Parts: sequence; C-alpha cells; structure tokens
Amino acid sequence: MSSSPKMYEGAEILFECLRRENVEYIFGIPGGATIQIYEKLYDINFLKHILTRHEQGATHAADGYARASGKVGVVLVTSGPGATNTVTGIATAYMDSSPIVVFTGQVPTNLIGNDAFQEADIIGITRPITKHSFLVRDVNDLAASVRKAFYIARTGRPGPVVVDLPKNVISAVTSLQYPEKVEVRGYKPNFEGHINQIKKAAKAIAQAKRPLLYVGGGVIMSGASPQLRAFAIENNLPVTMTLQGLGAFPGTSELSLGMLGMHGMYWANQAINHCDVLVALGARFDDRVTGKLETFAPDAFKIHVDIDPSCIDKNVEVDVPIVGDVGKVLTELRKAMPHKPDTEAWWKQIRAWQKECPLTYDMSDGKLRTQFILERLSEKTKGDAVIVSDVGQHQMFIAQYYKFTNPRSLLSSGGLGTMGFSVPAALGASFAVNDRPVISISGDGGFAMNIQEMLTARYYKRPIKFIVINNSYLGMVRQWQELFYNERYSFTDLTGANPDFHKVVQSMGIKSFVTSRIDEVDGILDAMLDYNDGPVFAEFRVIKEEMVFPMVPAGASVSDMILDRLNPERMV
Amino acid sequence: MKHTISILLENRFGAFDRVANLFSGKGFNLHSITIGETEIKDVMRMTIVTSGNDQIIDQVLKQLNRLIDTLKVIDLSEHERTERELALISVNYQKGTLEELKNISDIFRGKIVDINNKSIMIEITGPPAKINAAVNVLMPYGIKEMARTGTVALKRGEQINALKEDVGGE
Repeated sequence: MSSSPKMYEGAEILFECLRRENVEYIFGIPGGATIQIYEKLYDINFLKHILTRHEQGATHAADGYARASGKVGVVLVTSGPGATNTVTGIATAYMDSSPIVVFTGQVPTNLIGNDAFQEADIIGITRPITKHSFLVRDVNDLAASVRKAFYIARTGRPGPVVVDLPKNVISAVTSLQYPEKVEVRGYKPNFEGHINQIKKAAKAIAQAKRPLLYVGGGVIMSGASPQLRAFAIENNLPVTMTLQGLGAFPGTSELSLGMLGMHGMYWANQAINHCDVLVALGARFDDRVTGKLETFAPDAFKIHVDIDPSCIDKNVEVDVPIVGDVGKVLTELRKAMPHKPDTEAWWKQIRAWQKECPLTYDMSDGKLRTQFILERLSEKTKGDAVIVSDVGQHQMFIAQYYKFTNPRSLLSSGGLGTMGFSVPAALGASFAVNDRPVISISGDGGFAMNIQEMLTARYYKRPIKFIVINNSYLGMVRQWQELFYNERYSFTDLTGANPDFHKVVQSMGIKSFVTSRIDEVDGILDAMLDYNDGPVFAEFRVIKEEMVFPMVPAGASVSDMILDRLNPERMV
Repeated sequence: MKHTISILLENRFGAFDRVANLFSGKGFNLHSITIGETEIKDVMRMTIVTSGNDQIIDQVLKQLNRLIDTLKVIDLSEHERTERELALISVNYQKGTLEELKNISDIFRGKIVDINNKSIMIEITGPPAKINAAVNVLMPYGIKEMARTGTVALKRGEQINALKEDVGGE
C-alpha cells in the first residue's frame, strides 16, 4: 500500500521550479493577484527578491542582469497595471534577444474576460513582443510550463517569455510532477552549422582580397568571443562591430575597426563599401547599420552566420547562409580554412582611411564635452567596466569613445532604443557582476524616465556609478532638428523642465557630484571609481549644442556620411 | 503570386492567435485562413493563402517556422496538391430565372440546399478558381449573401505515415 503523495500549492511549485532553474534573483513588486506567491516568498532563502519601485524598472533590471550574466533574468509582477508596466521592458528584451522570464499575476480563471479588477489580457498584449508565452490554466501544467519558459527563453535566439498565473491556479494544490526532461516538439533550434556551407565560406574567405568580419550581439550571446578572436588573429582579418557587438572583439586591438553604421567609424563604413567578402556573424543587417540597402557592401560576396533562420535573407540577400551557433560555426570555420587570405594591400587601404578621417572632437572653447568624459573613463577603467548606456547622443559617444575589451561590457537598448533603460538595467547588472565596476550613463532626458530605481540602488546599497550627461536637451532629436529640420527645436529643450539632479539624488541619500568644468572630470571619476559603499552619482553639465559625428542620415548610403558640423557639406 | 501554405499547429491556447498576429504584425498579405482538426490528437491543420514576392514568402515561411507552436510549415505551391473551397451562395430568383439557376448550379456540380419564395441557396465545392467562376456567373442574378470557407489543401501522393513521423504524434 502506497501512502498518498504529498500535495503542493501552485506557489510552492513555482518556487520549486525556480530553485531547479538556479534562479538567484527575482525583480518585482507584489500586488493583489500575486499575494499568495509573496506569502510563500517570505520564507524562501535560496533566492533574493529585489523590490523595485516600478514594474518597468523590474523588467529592465532583469534584462540587465541577463545581459551581464548570460543567465535568465526573472520578473514577478501582479496582474493588470503591474503586468502592463512590463511591456516596454519586454519589448526592449525582445528586440535585443535578451533572455528573461516574466511572471505576471492574473485574475482567477473564472473571472478572465470579465473586466475584473486589475485584469489585463497580458498574453494578448505581449504576443508580438515575446518569444513565447504561457497562460497556466491548470496547476498540473504549472511545472511543465515554467520549465519550458526557461528553456525557450535561454536557448536558440534568446528572448522574453511571459508566464501568466491566475490567482486560483497559484493557490490550487496538486502532487508535484516536475518534468525531468523538457520537450517542446515545435521548437528545435539548430546549433551545428552545415559543414558544406562552412567549407564554402572558408574557401571564399581564403580567396578574398578585401575580407571583413561584421560582428553583432549574437557573438556575445553565444559566448563566441574567444573563437572570434582566434579566427580574426589567425587570418589577419579586420573586425567591425554593431552596437550590440561591441566587446565581442577588443576595441584596443589593431584588427578592430570599431563600430559601423549610422554613427560608425568612417573607415569601418568605407571598409563595408569596398570589401569583397563580408562575413556577418550573429548580426541582422539592421537599418541603423546598413543605411540604404542597395548600396550596402555592394560588391561583396556575403556570408551570414545566425542561429535564427528568419534573420537570413531578411534585409540583405546573402550568398552563403549558415544557420547555427556562431561559436560552433567559427570553430569549424577555423578548421576549414585552406590558407590565410592575403590582406596586406587591404590593410594598407584601411590604415589610409583611418589617417584620412580620424575620430576627433574640438574642446578648444574650454567647454566640457561628453567625448572627453568617456575617453577619460575608458582609460581609467582600461575598457573593462560594465557600461550600461541609455539611449541617445551619449549612447553613440560611448560606442565611439569607450574601448570595450571584453564581452558583456556594453549593455544598451539597441533595437528598441528605450530611454530610461540605463538606471534599472545597471541595477540588475550589479547583481551579476562583482569583479568590475558597473557604470550607468544616461542623458538628462532618459535619466528622469526611470529615476525612481535610484532609490532601489540605494536601498540595496549597490555600488553602481551613475553618470548623467546633462545638456538640457533631448539631444539626439535636437541634432536631427538642427541638421534636417531647419533648426526648429520643437519640444526638445529641457532647460527649465529639468530639476537640479544633484540635489534630487542627494535627497535620496546618495553621494553626489556635479561639475561643468573640464579640469574636475578626472577627480570626480576617480572618486566615483573608489567609492564602493553604495551608489554614487555625478552630473556632468556639458555643452548643449554638441552633435554626434560621423553620421549617415537615415536611409542614406553609408557613402553619404556627414563628417563634422563645421562643414556639413563635406561628405565622403 | 499566391501561395498556399499548410501548417501543422499545436492545439493549444493562443496558438491560432500567434499565427494570425504574425500576419498583421509583419504586414504579410492574408487572403484566406482555415483551421481544423487532423488525424493526430492535439494537432490542428491551418491552411493559409498569402501572396508576395519570393523574398516575402521566404520570410513568411521562416517566421511561421519560428513560432514555438508550429510543428510543420509547407509551401504547397511547390508541390502537387489538391485545393478545395466550399461556398454557400444565396441568389435572388424571379419567375423564369429559377430554371437557369438550377442549370448553372448543375454545371458547377453544385447543390441547391435551400429555397424560399425569393431566393435559393446553392452549395458549391471545388478549387477556388471554380468558385470564383460560379460567383461571376451568378452575380447578374443578384447575390443576396455569400459565405466561403477559404482554401483547404493537401499535398498529393503523400506517404501515409509521413505526417505522423514528422510531428512525432501518436
């Protein structure tokens, strides 16, 4: 005679699942629909719940944690407004393929569709911005759904998964059936690249006169930086990176051409224009990279390695598509290379471009500029801090002036371009990183969008360096208005709208600096890097009118690059 | 060019919505969509008629494959196939035209399934082109109402067990 099986509540099953997934942190805010989960959480020791001040903050924090660690970030919010507040965070993670699992409370199943209090169809709302989602309608499906959610979020091309948990399912009881194997029959990501395709690619690269590696965020997600370094060095190949790809290859290397695209390096875009074999690695030919598609790498034989088949031939038709994990493909590609390509003449040409139009800025008027602050920061941290950028001019300056030396060092909302990302994402990243400084850099516009998470950083004593580059403008929009809209600065001037950030942050009990002087930058940065008793903040008041150059206007050819403001007529 | 795409889909909450959502979200054309059960438990077959150039169709297929709930996606336009659609067409009649309508229905191998003192309802089954032809012929008589199922299709000469092997069903 067997004894009756032990019964578990839905909430207990949920935590058992999280324990088995080795979840260390949950970012969230409790509410009516999730109160039973929080009731169980009160006694849980194997993970830590981080109470944020807004659900958007929780979602960006989980995303930042995922990007910094490579592990799945976890969010727990209540139904209705709790769930809808996560939407921008989910879309941000989706566009940049960041693995997060978002648990949302839901009204009891018998009330779904009734316009019940705090009800929202979050599965429907998030359908276009999730890799997958689950509405758990039966407690017996809970463990399998959670298991699948984590599996789907972190494998293949990673992405956000929403798990909607009705209140009655959370409190229902069942005997725990934890599935030992996870099996999703409609989902079989392909990891191994096709060997014949790899051989074709190797042959083309070996015969190339002007080869170029175009590296995206997929290389970082795959953990393929060592393979990339080995492949590029062995074959003496130039490497250009997208915003998400920065750090995949050391920016300090002779072989690095830095970022390409709209605000990319002159020589990187020239190399794209003139290369004869282009090797795209975990990159997706985004419009901010390619500009006008017809003129992007017009003469190149194109090889594209990506784990997501739908990325291939989406924007640019390629000659050799390879579907697979970029790390595995690079390992095979190294073996398959018949010989090194002869790139001597090509490198000569690239060096000439680098001399022709170096990246410069002019600070002779004595006014503080973002570029200078970032150059100093890059030098002081040896390119090895975790920089969490917001969105706008400072983001592009970071990409240009900070010399990233390691993967998972730039966390930035590249695809969705979410202002307000930096502060909460840095909060999340700080839980994943303990051997390098975590530095959040925002503009004054984006900083105000999730400023409330500064309170969370202070409460949990996170040693994050928060920097605000204050030009009292929504600077990137202002730049477009100056260049393309007859200097009509429609609603971009924040003078008078901004608070005294220094005082706001001080009132939160956070150590704070402010300056507009060039000669104080070094001292403040040193003090920030030395301070580890919690968050520290600095506001740098920079010149209002600075613009990011070089710039390829949206939809233009990369050869129509504007090189500087003094002479916008000077095009390539 | 029109493409008929056959999808085997998990019979699960939200699976249909994901496919439909994809077409609106990505701006793909959608001419018809049908869904129904298959011989395999928990698997539905969806037949979609879409159109676009090769590059767009390539994306349609890849994006459909990318959905977790799709088990198999085939562009039937590349295969020998049978396509069928069913239409119910209510047509007005007057004294003298009833016989003509009966003849037309016979020519299209249709059936008259309802009649009252003003209209008859004709049921026609066949390839979509045949339904279109019938509609064109019936139009001058005054079509009162019409319902079309959209295309269902199957690959011809498929091996009997191929389907089950593909999706690992019982």
